Amino acid sequence: MHLTRDPLDVTDLLAQVQGAERGGTCVFLGTVRNDGDVTAIDYSAYEAMAFEEIERVLAEAHERWPGSRVMLRHRLGVIPVGEASIAIAAAAPHRDEAFAACRYVIEEVKKRLPIWKKELRGDGSEKWVEAHDHR
Amino acid sequence: MGKVSVRFFARYAELAGCTWSHVNVDTPTTVAEVIARVREVFPGTQAMPAKPLAALNQRQVKLDAPVTEGDEVALLPPLAGG
Repeated sequence: MHLTRDPLDVTDLLAQVQGAERGGTCVFLGTVRNDGDVTAIDYSAYEAMAFEEIERVLAEAHERWPGSRVMLRHRLGVIPVGEASIAIAAAAPHRDEAFAACRYVIEEVKKRLPIWKKELRGDGSEKWVEAHDHR
Repeated sequence: MGKVSVRFFARYAELAGCTWSHVNVDTPTTVAEVIARVREVFPGTQAMPAKPLAALNQRQVKLDAPVTEGDEVALLPPLAGG
């Protein structure tokens, strides 16, 4: 459920985190950027480990901000420029916690998820992205 | 000798020429020793850095982590999620 090959649906994520006791909700979308001649990015993952790592990150967020609820979905496979590769929805009683929980989750995901990207270029060439290229 | 599963991802799978295999090593051993064996069996992986990121049974570990028969060692290129 955290990993999908389909386009991301924010409405569905929002439905999973929103509730009457949570007055602040924020959404983060990470979108494939048109760096240079990039037309798409092919995302691959160590899926079983990525799933477990996402569960751990979400559990940590819940522990740090006990009233919060956060969900994330990461898309895999070939994603064209302009489409989202990751969506995070965070809801909490107040906005400060919602922003903080959302920020925590995206930063930990960047550091910890066993996911890799290969840029696909307009001239047909491909290039593996090393994380530090795009921090 | 014990059998340890090894998995390769992204660029390292291209270097190894496969995504999954196993190596025979004297167990108990360490992740570093498994990687040394991998470099012998899959020469393409000699192009990996001296100390690649590794996961043992789906958790990222240091290279001195102990490995026993039946464990799974995964070699992870620099992570690039998000």
